[in-house]
Amino acid sequence: MLKDKIAHVFEEPACDKNQAKGEKERKKGCSKPLTPGAAAGGCAFDGAKIALQPITDVAHLIHAPLACEGNSWDNRGAASSGPDLWRTSFTTDLSELDIVMGRGEKKLLKAIREIAERYAPPAIFVYSTCVTALIGDDIEAVCRHAAETLGLPVVPVNAPGFVGSKNLGNKLAGEALIDHVIGTREPEDAGPTDINVLGEFNLSGEFWMVKPLFERLGIRIRASVPGDARYADVAAAHTARVNMMVCSTALINLARKMDERWGIPFFEGSFYGISDTSEALRQTARLLVERGAPGDLVTRCEALISDEERRAWAALAPYRERLAGKRVLLNTGGVKSWSVVSALMEVGMEIVGTSIKKSTDEDKERIRELMKDDPHMFESMAPRDLYRMLADGEADIMLSGGRTQFIALKAKTPWLDINQERHHPYAGYDGMVELVRQIDRAISNPVWATVREPAPWDAAGYCVGPAFQQAITPNHDMEPDVSFVAHTRRKFAAMGADDMGEC
Amino acid sequence: MAKIVLSGKAAAVNPLKSSQPLGAAFAFLGIEGSVPLFHGSQGCTSFALVLFVRHFKETIPLQTTAMDEVSTILGGADHLEEAILNLKQRTQPKLIGVCTTALVETRGEDFAGDLASIKLRRAAELAGTEIVLVSTPDFDGAIEEGWTKAVSALVESLVAPGERMARQVNILPGSHLTVADVELLRDTCAAFGLDPIILPDISGSLDGTIPEKWLPTTYGGTPVACIRNAGRSAFTIAIGEHMRRPAQLIQERCDVPFMVFDQLTGLKSIDRFIALLSELSRQPVPAQIRRRRNQLTDAMLDGHFHFAGKKVAIGAEPDLLFGLSAFFAGLGAEVSAAVTTSAHSSVLDRVISERVTVGDLRDLEDEAGANGCDLVVTHSHGRQAAERLGVPHLRVGFPIFDRIGSQYRRTILYEGVRDLIFEVANLWQGALQQPTPESLDPFLKRSREVSDERPSPSTH
Repeated sequence: MLKDKIAHVFEEPACDKNQAKGEKERKKGCSKPLTPGAAAGGCAFDGAKIALQPITDVAHLIHAPLACEGNSWDNRGAASSGPDLWRTSFTTDLSELDIVMGRGEKKLLKAIREIAERYAPPAIFVYSTCVTALIGDDIEAVCRHAAETLGLPVVPVNAPGFVGSKNLGNKLAGEALIDHVIGTREPEDAGPTDINVLGEFNLSGEFWMVKPLFERLGIRIRASVPGDARYADVAAAHTARVNMMVCSTALINLARKMDERWGIPFFEGSFYGISDTSEALRQTARLLVERGAPGDLVTRCEALISDEERRAWAALAPYRERLAGKRVLLNTGGVKSWSVVSALMEVGMEIVGTSIKKSTDEDKERIRELMKDDPHMFESMAPRDLYRMLADGEADIMLSGGRTQFIALKAKTPWLDINQERHHPYAGYDGMVELVRQIDRAISNPVWATVREPAPWDAAGYCVGPAFQQAITPNHDMEPDVSFVAHTRRKFAAMGADDMGEC
Repeated sequence: MAKIVLSGKAAAVNPLKSSQPLGAAFAFLGIEGSVPLFHGSQGCTSFALVLFVRHFKETIPLQTTAMDEVSTILGGADHLEEAILNLKQRTQPKLIGVCTTALVETRGEDFAGDLASIKLRRAAELAGTEIVLVSTPDFDGAIEEGWTKAVSALVESLVAPGERMARQVNILPGSHLTVADVELLRDTCAAFGLDPIILPDISGSLDGTIPEKWLPTTYGGTPVACIRNAGRSAFTIAIGEHMRRPAQLIQERCDVPFMVFDQLTGLKSIDRFIALLSELSRQPVPAQIRRRRNQLTDAMLDGHFHFAGKKVAIGAEPDLLFGLSAFFAGLGAEVSAAVTTSAHSSVLDRVISERVTVGDLRDLEDEAGANGCDLVVTHSHGRQAAERLGVPHLRVGFPIFDRIGSQYRRTILYEGVRDLIFEVANLWQGALQQPTPESLDPFLKRSREVSDERPSPSTH
């Protein structure tokens, strides 16, 4: 039952937030009640789809009326090195009649069959949504039946939007993988240095900046879930020796259960920032050796790290001069905040604030250690306050997701996208250099000085200042048009700049 | 300040220039009821004509004195006279713009003297038709120079002082403005209640008007009577450094003050232009123009992401090159190659690029290849270079023969620059290459960087 599943997910023992709660609180689950009229962020379905959709060769079928998929497809920047089926949008697009007549399940089965015949994917993932859950369509039964008749894995992903937040959806997606996918294939080439990377989305292909580092050490990525993953690799992910968990809150249940079921140890790490990347490599090597990989892996890893760090710091050095003292406002959730903070501080930038909305206590502790100053952390900031802060010039640049982009732009402040829609890869050593290069580019763009320059006229259009008095010879033939001016002055009398809706 | 260097090649490869008489004829095409007349052999006219037609997709009145072997040796005055009389008789033009070519200039004749004597001898037959002469040998200059000379000649032969008209202003657009740009200038003046004399005005003649009857001359443009009146204007606004000369001439002859705008592609210069119109008209800036300004600043904010760090190779005549360099640099791009047609213009020093080469499209391609380039900005002949460089191509200037409607593209003032930002950003978005594992692999990247040593990080 979905209800049990959700309760089960909420009881995540590996979640430090959850463990800090009392028995009674824990029972309530971790979904904060949403405030109608003042909520932002996606639903559980959104979260589930985000967490699975970058598996590139799978057909992702959304069982829903149009909006769930029709308004959201092809909206994320994950990259694939092969199949592009994941970017093809499939939905049952339920009509009013389908819903009233209860034809949802039939339509779903038919849709699965059509997709299997036309696209022949290695697997089909079927997502339930609010409406189809509400009318009681049994997607699990349909998937089971379809899988039997078509002879191909058809995986139900049961995360209708109303059950909770995006984060809950991420976890329910992890449950779907553990229940239906991982462990269903035994690869012939399992080796002692295979690892999985969980919660890596390969945005703008950034995992490709990191993967060669592992490969150089002889470490094979069995599955990167979900970024640029193939179904067969995910199905064989249980044979890996170590799991690295990248986005700490997204797939933690998956990591823990893989540990429980197959004894795969996991650690939490990040590829954002130089020292974090090193730490991720170091931890991987250490855990692999503990599980039987050759002991020299650790020394080779240290050699690679020192070489790469040296290169990265050398590449960042020229920016230190340009960026020292520049003030950054980080407005993003989760793990990104602390890992980037340290690297930005290394090039001499000042962090004037960081949001800790999605950060764990551990994250906060790290930020506190780094910044030694609590007031710089904020839970979340109202757009109005954010605008004021930026418009008053309290930061030289804001790094955030697309949602708050226009607050920065309207405040005529440089902004850099560090979330899913961005076009630049920031992972690993080269990625950190790229991030700093982009920050430098954004701050040094001459456009800011230009757009901040006020127009040489006031809100009513009257030129201010003696712009051309010298250039124009007195023109005695033309008296100032007093009547015109008086008329317009009257018209705009008692109006403020705000009333004009201009400037 | 850009360093100006001359391309040292003996052979020009893939020329950037169009010839000077073409530039002069272009200006005469902006005068109502006119026919430009090339004093040279037939080919001089027909090549220019074909290029005009390819660009504008319009009938272009352009005639030739059809110099032949005999007249080339004995002198072309007879051919000139015959051509003028024939044109007068057949087309009843209000103005004939005589543009000399390399052929007759090399031969060397006293064209002004010849023309004066023709006008004197044939005064009765030629009554009602102005004949203006410009010396435009093909071996010097390019479109800009020809255009300036034609406008200057018009001023010298027609403009006369007179009683001041308080609301009348002269607008002298450079050859790099499009039909839509000229229209925009007119509308903007009108929004302030000003009465502009636009000289020349290609918006009336080369904007695709479909006339009621067949006309063998231009069927729009600045009326000759208006040119005469330009001496009575309150002010002259020249757009492009190459329009300084005619503006100066009007001032010398008629005491009309002037101001030169070297570009109208940057927010600040547009602000100055609008403020000037406001001061001249003693009227506040209208709400719709203030809105446009807002739209431009927003376009700059939305668009700058696409420009930041991009490298751009521009091949254009001096004023267009300067305006575009300011446009791209203002949004955070770098002009990595700048090639122009003539070393004469003082605006070249101000081009925002390390150096400006007076050369051809081969130079542009070579420099773009050497310095890196994400966009080729030049006329249609640059398409081969863009293809070989594997980057998008923004078509600007003249000729644009493989895209239609380029005369309606706005490139100046708030809305023009707004549109241009979007056009360029969309070219780049359309050419976006998906990342691949190979392109992002740090080890492969290093071996690539070793093989083509490029300075990093790029300095702005």
